This record gives sequence, structure tokens and C-alpha cells, in this order.
Amino acid sequence: MSDVSLPPASAVFINIGERTNVTGSAKFRKLILAGDYVAALDVARQQVENGAQIIDVNMDEAMLDAEAAMVKFLNLIASEPDISRVPVMIDSSKWTVIEAGLKCVQGKSIVNSISLKEGEAPFLDQARKIRRYGAATVVMAFDEKGQADTVERKIEICTRSYKLLTEKIGFPPEDIIFDPNIFAVATGIEEHNGYAIAFIEAARRIKATLPHCHISGGVSNISFSFRGNEPVREAMHSVFLYHAIKAGMDMGIVNAGQLAVYEDIDAELRERCEDVILNRRDDATDRLLEIAERFKGAGAKTSAPDLTWREAPVTERLRHALVAGIDEFVTDDTEAARAEIAARGGKPLEVIEGPLMDGMNVVGDLFGAGKMFLPQVVKSARVMKKAVAYLIPYIEEDKTKNPGGAKANNGKILMATVKGDVHDIGKNIVGVVLQCNNYEVIDLGVMVPCAKILETARKEQVDIIGLSGLITPSLDEMAYVAREMKREGITLPLLIGGATTSKVHTAVKIAPGTDSPVIYVTDASRAVGVASNLLSTTARDKFVADTAADYIKTREAHERSQGQRKRLPLAAARANKFKTDWATAKPERPQVLGVTVFEDYDLAELASRIDWTPFFQTWELAGRYPAILSDKTVGQTARQLYNDAQAMLQRLIGEKWITAKGVIGLWPANAINDDDIEIYTDESRTKTLATIHTMRQQAIKEDGRANFALADFVAPKESRVADYIGAFAVTAGHGVEDKAKEFEKAHDDYAAIMLKALADRLAEAFAERMHERVRKQFWGYAQGENLDNAALIDEQYRGIRPAPGYPACPDHSEKATIWKLLDVKKNAGIELTDSFAMWPGAAVSGLYFAHPKAAYFGVGKIERDQVEDLARRKGVRVEEMERWVG
Amino acid sequence: MSRANRIAAFHDALSKRILVLDGAFGTMIQRHKPALTEADFRGSRFGNHAKDLKGNNDLLNLTRPDVIEGIHRAYADAGADIMETNTFSATRIAQADYALEDTAREIACEGARLARNVAGESKWVAGALGPTNRTASISPDVNDPGFRNVNFDQLKAAYREQAEGLIEGGADILLVETIFDTLNAKAAVFAIEEFLEKLGEEIPVMISGTITDQSGRTLSGQTPEAFWNSLRHVKPISIGFNCALGAAQMRQHIAEVSRVADTYISAYPNAGLPNAFGEYDETPDQTAGYLGAWAKDGLVNIVGGCCGTTPDHIRAIALAVKGLRPRTLPVITRKTRLSGLEPFAMAS
Repeated sequence: MSDVSLPPASAVFINIGERTNVTGSAKFRKLILAGDYVAALDVARQQVENGAQIIDVNMDEAMLDAEAAMVKFLNLIASEPDISRVPVMIDSSKWTVIEAGLKCVQGKSIVNSISLKEGEAPFLDQARKIRRYGAATVVMAFDEKGQADTVERKIEICTRSYKLLTEKIGFPPEDIIFDPNIFAVATGIEEHNGYAIAFIEAARRIKATLPHCHISGGVSNISFSFRGNEPVREAMHSVFLYHAIKAGMDMGIVNAGQLAVYEDIDAELRERCEDVILNRRDDATDRLLEIAERFKGAGAKTSAPDLTWREAPVTERLRHALVAGIDEFVTDDTEAARAEIAARGGKPLEVIEGPLMDGMNVVGDLFGAGKMFLPQVVKSARVMKKAVAYLIPYIEEDKTKNPGGAKANNGKILMATVKGDVHDIGKNIVGVVLQCNNYEVIDLGVMVPCAKILETARKEQVDIIGLSGLITPSLDEMAYVAREMKREGITLPLLIGGATTSKVHTAVKIAPGTDSPVIYVTDASRAVGVASNLLSTTARDKFVADTAADYIKTREAHERSQGQRKRLPLAAARANKFKTDWATAKPERPQVLGVTVFEDYDLAELASRIDWTPFFQTWELAGRYPAILSDKTVGQTARQLYNDAQAMLQRLIGEKWITAKGVIGLWPANAINDDDIEIYTDESRTKTLATIHTMRQQAIKEDGRANFALADFVAPKESRVADYIGAFAVTAGHGVEDKAKEFEKAHDDYAAIMLKALADRLAEAFAERMHERVRKQFWGYAQGENLDNAALIDEQYRGIRPAPGYPACPDHSEKATIWKLLDVKKNAGIELTDSFAMWPGAAVSGLYFAHPKAAYFGVGKIERDQVEDLARRKGVRVEEMERWVG
Repeated sequence: MSRANRIAAFHDALSKRILVLDGAFGTMIQRHKPALTEADFRGSRFGNHAKDLKGNNDLLNLTRPDVIEGIHRAYADAGADIMETNTFSATRIAQADYALEDTAREIACEGARLARNVAGESKWVAGALGPTNRTASISPDVNDPGFRNVNFDQLKAAYREQAEGLIEGGADILLVETIFDTLNAKAAVFAIEEFLEKLGEEIPVMISGTITDQSGRTLSGQTPEAFWNSLRHVKPISIGFNCALGAAQMRQHIAEVSRVADTYISAYPNAGLPNAFGEYDETPDQTAGYLGAWAKDGLVNIVGGCCGTTPDHIRAIALAVKGLRPRTLPVITRKTRLSGLEPFAMAS
């Protein structure tokens, strides 16, 4: 991750800030010249806090003893752990300054830069010393004849430098970073027009022909001829980087503030910048100049915000703010509306019932019609909440003056994530959407016991109860709540939602247990329709009757399908297990056996590995990333959401809102009794550490396919083959709750939900990253694996990491074994609830299998014989077993 | 047998088995019976020296060579493969405390010679280069964090002199150890590389850092992987940790460096953590139990002991790792690996 928002290809791009560079930052230059090193250190600290991965230190200033200043600043940095945790780039045009700097750093730094300018001898001498000081180096495309400006010259010099370094003095190629020179374009001089494309082309070819090296450059040079027009410069930087990064540029010196988001650049400006950068037409410079003045002072990031709506009457302004999700002026406008209404003798509540609800109705209609999308609705809710928060003191005051006010809302809805479960993103989204539609929502939070739900429902006289849950044991808990409602004579409508819930489950398991209308709600967009039907005096009866009839049909269809499907007895399924020729198999011994703890994993490393597609699903935007960003229907919303996510991600990492903790373990293991896996304390395989119980498919298979169980992927004990297994538990959830509460307190549900959604993604990325490291490093059976993020997301690798509670391993209670093996509570701070949900919720756990043919499968429906067998093997009651296997 | 032959045999042995390094010297000197006195440290040569010399253990190389040889012999008999020279403080910088700057090189040279005498041709001599008593990355003055009482060039010169003395005296290996501050170690390895280039010989360099407390970092603040990134350019024959921690506390740090370093791993912990009296209570069986387990788990190539360990500890350790497979070198993906206090890798 760089510390700016860049195109998707930028995941590997390292942006080196130049704020501790006297040639790049006027502020820093002033501080150093004034001898204010304390303030200068603050600049460095901020840069690191904001996510800089490397800091560039440059003291090349005529008025300064650069050598002394370099030494002093680096020595001071060394005393500041929150700065010196990152590597330094020692930047100077003078070798003596560089060498003085190298003598002050204990870490491995980057020198910027050396070149063939003075010939081979000094070049090699400096490189040899850099190596001996233990640093990497930037090599400029500069030789005895001068600086390279054409593709050919850039390649010629870089190739020559590479050969000299790697062949003559054994310099590691991965420690070479080429700077093939970025020069200004659009200067009016014709031969300059090809400078940008020459860099891009050279980068592409250097990357292709000189293995392991990197490409860097000073980006701001490119736009030098537009100095004074920052918006155009920003656009040029962004367009240039977009193409250079694709060509292989993986590092750059650029001021993060000087960068527009590529997708957000005004289309016309972007096209004309592109013409200039890519040298696509002879009149490119003129055409950019033509429009440049227009953007000056406007900001290229977005076209200037159109503020004409501010001239409309206040009610229209409020509506506009709600629909567009702009919270900037809402307090002022709310006050204006209140004052207007008060002037004609109205009540403060009328602001909500009038203009605010009118606006939210428009939002609701647009959402219902598919013209607005969930992220926008949540932003609208933020505006609404801020307005209401402003009005509350006035409403309270009015109430004391005039007791007995009117009913202000459409109905009261209680919402809760059931006992044993901690997942609440979906529930929170539904809550926000309902509030937008003027329902009062009482949110009891997560892990709410049945008794509290029913007690609150009675006390608060709610109109509807909504239950949410993500893991399979929550389904049982929901059915229990439904039965308890019946027992206590509560007939309120019950809404069911959450990832593992389904219409079939609701119809078969929940609805029959209660006299209440039970409605399965697919997603947030349906919630309002369902609630308004249930609370409507006219539509309610028909809606309830239709749903009940539909569920009866669903139940019947389910029963029919149950009868038809035939399954094998467990013994027969075992006989058809997946077979491996263990006589010839050679399982790899892990490089690191035992437990390894990661106390504070680098979030930036995880951020670059996020699989964004599920993130968009969370916000109910359908489509695969990155194509979704240019989707005709939701593209604009997706881009906005993505930019907001990136911005939060930067802050989340820079300000360290959350801590990622993880633990993995690898042990000797062998399968026993067909379906179980014994894990041993050591290679002697005499002492059992724990036993994993796996479940086997019992469906009748065709085409000779096997009835899989995870145990099939581990060598059986009797084969005498030394095999291994691993387990992991990771979380990116520490710190999330507190921060989310802060947002909620500020009426910013959008940010709160965003944070939780990002934490979930980071946890998944963490699991994916650990799996990669296990394959390549800790277990090490795939050290040569080389896949990009897309290929990783596609799972094009050997080995699996099934999680308890998911199809290959439906038994949630196996998590308890993992917790024992890894001491997860102590090592990663993740707890298990009664239902084996992980807390914090942004967590992933599972097992590692390395078998070359290991693949994910679904255990599917099992027969009672396996439930009983499993209960016997695990030493639990059959009824209990039934609960955990769903 | 020439040094080159011994070094070849060293490489060969490392590929086949786990080698055993000897144990503590300070502990053995303190326990010497009869107790060594100021007069022992002075000998006749330094009889009139202006400063007290008791406690300058390395000086015994010159004044009581019999005691030092005796300790080497006890460790050799216990089964150590590698004899570490009694030269931890044999640098101009460390000897300045005793006003013996100009004797530092001679102490180093004699230290190597004594170990060589005992090692003969069947064992190896590792010339020990300690951290000195100054740090290049840390200010001794809390009010002036930019201040340093030693710099890279001074350290480099001091280490150069020590390395020359050690090689002249017959060391087969140079061991930069008990590294509190990686910048000191960088100066040491810089000096060694320059010296070896001039010498025209390939001498293996072992590197051993010190994780000072449970924070899992060196005194100068680096994590194990960052420490490795800072020093891997010298292509050391081994990297690892010694001192400050007992085996129980050291394991995770050894495991971490074992994972990232494509070279051999050394570990020589203290005999546990010191008790309230500053004494080490861990028994030989306890220490050997830990190190034996590490060996079984494939974490180490060279094991031994630091403060508080004795020939009995080394005997137990040698027995515990006997016949166990040494750790195999991992293949590490080629990447730009930088470090500050923490490691940073660029995508390959």
C-alpha cells in the first residue's frame, strides 16, 4: 500500500514521501536551516504515522553543512522508535554525505543515488561500499556522456550498470533500484514530448530484461511546466503513475497530497493529460494548455462542487443534502428550518416530520427503485442522524412545555444478534435503512440472550422483533427464541436475517415453532417493504397469509426432496474414501514445527491483499472487483465507496486503529480410524496433543468420485508415513469496537459499518497471507510459488485451509480443539462464545492441509449414523452434536 | 592441517551435524579455586599499572594463561566442538577502562593462541568479538539524544585490530557476539570484510545478537528479522542469539530468525534467568532439555551456553543434540529486504 489512493495495480507501489527532504519540502528546509530539529523530527514522525513505509532524508542545501545535518538528523531519528521503525532512504547528490549517513543507521537502508556519471571505477567503488554498509541503492540512468533521455539510452545505461554491479562485484540484483529519469513534458519543446512515454517504455523493458531489480523516479518533475497550476499537476502525476506502475514502476518519490485519484479526474482533463503523457497527438500540449486555466484553483480531484443548490429554499436544501448524502451544511439548514417553523408557531418535531422525512422518503423511493445504492443510503442516514441530533434538545424542551405529543414514527423495531454470535454488520445496515424510513430502532447489539430480547420487546412495546446471526448454531438459537415467544404468548412479527439464514430454514425450523408471523428478509433493501407491510392496517393480513402459504409450500418441497435423496451408510462412505498411494507419497516436513505467534501483524501488508469483491457484497453492490468500478449501473457508487474505503484504510493503518494478531501451528499428524486426525507433540509420534474429528460425505457418488473427509488428506497411522497438519487463528478485530462506537456516537454509521467491513476484509486477507506464508515458508512445501493477488484470490495453489463451520468441516465445536492447540485466547486474544463464534468478530480460524490433491468440498447432509458416531468419538451427547453440525 | 583445511572441515561438519559451542568464561573465572586476586590479573608484567585490573578477564590471557587454557580444556573434554576465545573485551575501546588500549591486540592474539593450543586439529577456534561498552545508535545522555560517545569509524578501527590479532593467533572463525546494537556489529563486519579482503582468505563469520528482554528486541530496538536484514550482506556462516535470556525465553526469537535466514542458526542462551542474587540456577539437564528440543524441531545448527553455563551444561547439551539432524537451510524468496527497527520487504 502506498499512502495515497492509486489505481488497482498500485498494491505493490511504494510511495516515498519527500517531506523530510530539504529540496522537496520548503517547510522542512526552513526548520533545518533554523536548527529546529525537534519540529523536523515531528515532520518525520507524522510521515511514518501516516503510513510512509520508507522515509527519504535529503539535506542537500547550499546554506547547510549537509554532512553534519545528515548525521545529526539520522542520529536523532535513531532515538525515536516510532520513526526509526521504518527504513531510511539516504538521499544526496554527494557521496560523502551518503557515506556519512550510512555510518549512522543500524537498519538496511536505500542509498539515493549512484551512477556511472564519473565512470566505472568510482561507481563500482561506491557500490562496493554500499554493499559493505549493508544497504540497497538507487542507480540513476546517467553515464559519462550524460543523463539518459531516450528509451534506448535509458536501457543501455541501466543494463550496463546492472551487469557491472551483478557480475563484477556480486551486488544482489534485488538491491538495485533504477531511476531511469523522469523529465518534464509539455514544455513547448518538441523533443520533450516523448519523455514520459520514454520512461514508461524503459521501465517496462528494464523490468522484463533485468531480473529482480526495481524502478523508481521523482514524479513531480513530469509536470514542471505547469507549476502554479496544482490541479493540472496532480492530474498529470496521477495519469503518469497509472501508466508507469502498470509498466513496472514500483517505487516513487511523490508528495501524497499532490496526487489525484485517477478515476476521479475530470474526464476531459484526464484525456488531455493522457495525450500529453503518452504523446498520443502532436497538438497534445496545446490542447492541455487550452483547458488548463479552467482547472486552476479548482482542484482536479473532483470537478468543483456545484453549490448552486445552496440558493434554494431550506426545505429543498435539506432534501438535497439527504439525497446527496452531504452533511456539511446540515446543522445550519436544520436550524434554519426549525427557526422558520417556530416563527409560524410550529413545533421542532415538525422539522423531522416535514422536510427531513420528505427527503428520506425520496431516498427510500430511489433505493427501492434501484436508483440509489446502499452506501449512499447509509450516507443519507448520517445526514439525517446529525439533523435529528441537533433537534433533540429542542424537542425535549418542547415536550416539557407541551406534554402529550404526537406519535413521531412508523413503528418500533427491536433488533439483536442472537446469543453466541457476534456478527453485526448486516444487522447494523438494516437498522440504518429502517431508521432512514422513520422506524425507531432499538438495537440490543450482539450476543443477546433470548430473555433480554423478550423482556425488552415487552417493556418497550415494540412492533417487530428482528433477529440476526451469521454462524450456523445461531439458527438453533433463533428457533429457540421463536419457541420462547410462543411459550410467553408474544405474537409480534419476527424477522430473520443473516448470512446462514435462508427461506428454507426459516420455513422448516423457525416458523412452525411459533404463532408469530415469521419473515425471512433477504437483504437490507427488503427490510422496509416487509416492515411497512407488517405494520400496515390494510396490507398486513394479506402479507402475513401469503408468506405463511409460501412457507408451507417451501416446507413441502423440502420434505419431498429429503425423501428422494439417498445416502450411504457411514461404513460404505468410508469404504469409498479418497485414496492416496501412501507407499510413494512423500509429505514435506514443515520448516517450522510448533506454534508461531504474530502479535502485531503489519496492516499495510494485509491491506494490499484484500479481496474486494466480498466488500462490495457487504454493501449490497453486485459485481466483481475491479470490473465493478466501471460498471454501468453501480460503478459510480462503487468507486465512491472504494475511495472512501481506501481513505479509511490509510487512516486505519497510519493511526493504527486496529491490531492484527494471529497464531499458527504445524505438527506431526496421522489419520486414525478413517475420519480422525491425531496430532502429535513431536516427531516420535508417541504422545497425542489433540485429535481432530472430521466429517465424511454420505451422498451417493457417481463417476467413481470419492466420499471425502478431511482426514483423507493426511497419511493414516498404519501407513507409517510421517505426515503433518497445521492450524491457524487470525484476527484484525482488536480495536474495532471502540473505534466503531466513536463513530456511532458521532452519528456516523457509515464510518462505523465501513470500519467493520474493512476489518472483516483485513482478517480474511490475514488468513490468506498466513496461508501463503505457511505454504512458502513455515511449512515450505511451495517455496517456488509465485502468484499475484488475483491468482491467490482464485486459490491457484496447493493446499487448503478449511474452517470449522464451513462446508468441508461443518462442526463448529472443532474450533475448541484449535483453540487448545494454539492457545488462541492467549496468543491472538480471540475468544470463543458459547456457540463457538469468534470474538472479536473479524477473525478467521481453520486447519492447514498440504496434500497435493487437497481440495475444498461440502460434507453435505449426513445421516444419523454419522452424528451418533461423531458424538461417540468426541465423547458428547448426540443432541449436543446435532446442534454443532447444523 | 592448514586453516583452509580446517575451515573446509567446518563447512562439512555443519552440513552433517549439530555443532557444540563451549560455555561461559566469566562464570568459570569467578569459580576458579583458589579465587583469582588482583595480583593474578596483574601478573608481573602489569605489577605497577596505575589502574585496578581485577575483573579484566581477557587480560588473564597474558597474566594467567594456565587458567584460561584450563577452562578451554574443561570445555573440550565436555564435548565442545568450537572453542570460543577469551577475548570478549579485547578491543581498544573496551580496554580503555583499564588504560590498556595498546595491549588490546596482543590480548586478542594470545586469546586465540591459547584456544588453538587446546583445540588442536580436531576442534575449531572461534575468535570472539564482543559489543564493546559503547553504542553507536544510542546516546549515553538522555538529554541529548543526538549525541554519541563512539562512532562507526572508531568502532571499525577497534574491531579491525581485534580481528587481526585473533587471526594471527590462530582463529578459524570470527564470531561477532552479544550484539546489543546492530550498528556496532555493522562496523565490526565492515572491518572484518576489509581485513579479509586484504588477507585474501575466506574466514567464516558467525553473528550472534542479544535480545535483551521479553520485548523481543535488541537493546537498540530491532526485531530478529530486522536484525538479520541488517547483517545478511556479510553472508555469515551462522546467525543467532546469545546471552540475556535463558533458553525458555529465547526460543521464539531463534524460531523467528530460523525462519527468515538462509544460513546456519546458532543459539547459546544463559543458564536461565538470574535469580535475586544474580546467579544462574538452571541445571545442565534443564538447559540441555530445551536445546535438545530445539534441535529435534529443526531450529538450530550450533548450540552452546552463555552466562552461568559450565562444562557440565555443555556435556549435557552435547549429549542432547548428538545424532540429531541439523536444521536444513530454508530457501528464501529473493526480495528487497530492508529494515529500520522492523523488517520491510518490497514485493518481488
